[in-house]
Amino acid sequence: MKYAYYPGCSYHTSGKEYEASTRVVAKNLGLELVEIPDWSCCGATAAHGKSHLLNVALPARNLALAEEMGLDVTTPCASCYQQLAYANKCMIEDKKLKEKVNQVTGKTYNGTLKVKSIVEVIGSIAPEYIKAQIVKPLKGLKIAAYYGCLLVRPPKVTNFDDAENPMFLDNIMRLAGAETLDWPHKTECCGGSLAVSNLDIVVKMLNRIIKAAVECGANCFVVACPLCHFNLDMHQKSCNKMLGTSYTIPVFYFTQLLGLAMGLNQQDLQLGSHFTDTQKVLSMVG
Amino acid sequence: MEPINVNQSISKNADFIEQVGIESGQPVHKCYQCGKCTAGCPVAFAMDYPPNQVIRMVQLGLKEELLRCNSIWLCATCSTCTTRCPCNIEIAHVMEVLRVMAGRSGTTPPGKAKNVELFYDSFLNTVEKYGRMFEVGTILQYNLKSKKPFNNADLGLPMFQKGKLKLGPSKVKNANEVARIFAEARRMEGGGK
Ligand code: SF4
Ligand code: SF4
Repeated sequence: MKYAYYPGCSYHTSGKEYEASTRVVAKNLGLELVEIPDWSCCGATAAHGKSHLLNVALPARNLALAEEMGLDVTTPCASCYQQLAYANKCMIEDKKLKEKVNQVTGKTYNGTLKVKSIVEVIGSIAPEYIKAQIVKPLKGLKIAAYYGCLLVRPPKVTNFDDAENPMFLDNIMRLAGAETLDWPHKTECCGGSLAVSNLDIVVKMLNRIIKAAVECGANCFVVACPLCHFNLDMHQKSCNKMLGTSYTIPVFYFTQLLGLAMGLNQQDLQLGSHFTDTQKVLSMVG
Repeated sequence: MEPINVNQSISKNADFIEQVGIESGQPVHKCYQCGKCTAGCPVAFAMDYPPNQVIRMVQLGLKEELLRCNSIWLCATCSTCTTRCPCNIEIAHVMEVLRVMAGRSGTTPPGKAKNVELFYDSFLNTVEKYGRMFEVGTILQYNLKSKKPFNNADLGLPMFQKGKLKLGPSKVKNANEVARIFAEARRMEGGGK
């Protein structure tokens, strides 16, 4: 399968492990990701505060570029995914808006593409095929699969299995031989970019999520979003500092753990650049 | 909130009520105050008016109160409310429309909300300039505007050490095309900030 690939602005900074592990895992699963040439910011997390037109036009430029390639779009970032999928839906459903947006971007998007998250793309590969690639099953891991908001909500845009109790990440991790937990905060919001301006609010949101996972017996989180990762991983320390907790639970991208189970090079998966120590948990897998 | 005369407010701000309906496309009048949106809202504890009250205030035309409340800025756009509303009101989208309206009217967000707007502005300024969001540029600008020069500084060093900070922006070749999007959107929507 071949997709137009949208890395998203965090691809070489806060989300670099996700980008790197997505690329190697995709390659080894026979997916071809062709980067959208000269892609630009989709406006996620900020443009909705300013203008609806801008909020649709920023992703639309990238959809137009992808349409020239004739390929459906995929992206690892949950935030970019939501933004691209939302713009796509708005433009397909509202012809007038589509024309207006095309006028703003100076490019023509006809609304012929599908936008899929990389989780959806990997999740739709035949389970037997993925299973056959697993050489190092993730024994001992008790995973809290954390979906957050943007992958699963609103269901009108995202179209995943279940907005309240999604299973698609759990399913991939189970194929990789891990145990995933039934826990109540799978889709609770981590606060996203509110962490920059109001960390005192966000640590309280994080505390609820981390506490629930730890109490259910999780020894790590699995996520599919650079923002969720940043908040849970980097701000776990802020949470400890500001609320007096003492959490040390590592946070992995699902592609990192899938790659590990597939026996891919650990350096390529960038398992060592997390803020919360990953070694103890990784040594369980051996 | 001060006591209000509901009839007066509804007739005085009929245009506003209609405008929120048009811009959001949401049947706000259908809300019967079940409170489900607020029950699931992860930020409600920090808001001055929780989501169900925001919707009620739209029904009542409480324009000034809405445009200067912190709820519309603290809303994390997680869409939990939208997903659960039994009347299919996309509350998150109503929040968004109110945010944009507040910006257009030049209302300064109160207290904690002020910094949310400053962050959005700083973020979008780097996008307008480079075509992609530039994290360091966004944070420096944000710190300067929020007058907290060392805000988020304790994140900087560990991020740099982990190779997660780039000091220069990743630029789009045709960054002018992105700048054009900003200019055109502004022109079509008639000014604004
Ligand atoms: S969930 Fe819907 S109907 Fe219930 S209070 Fe909120 S907006 Fe009103
Ligand atoms: S979208 Fe906003 S108002 Fe709705 S539940 Fe999330 S934070 Fe609360």
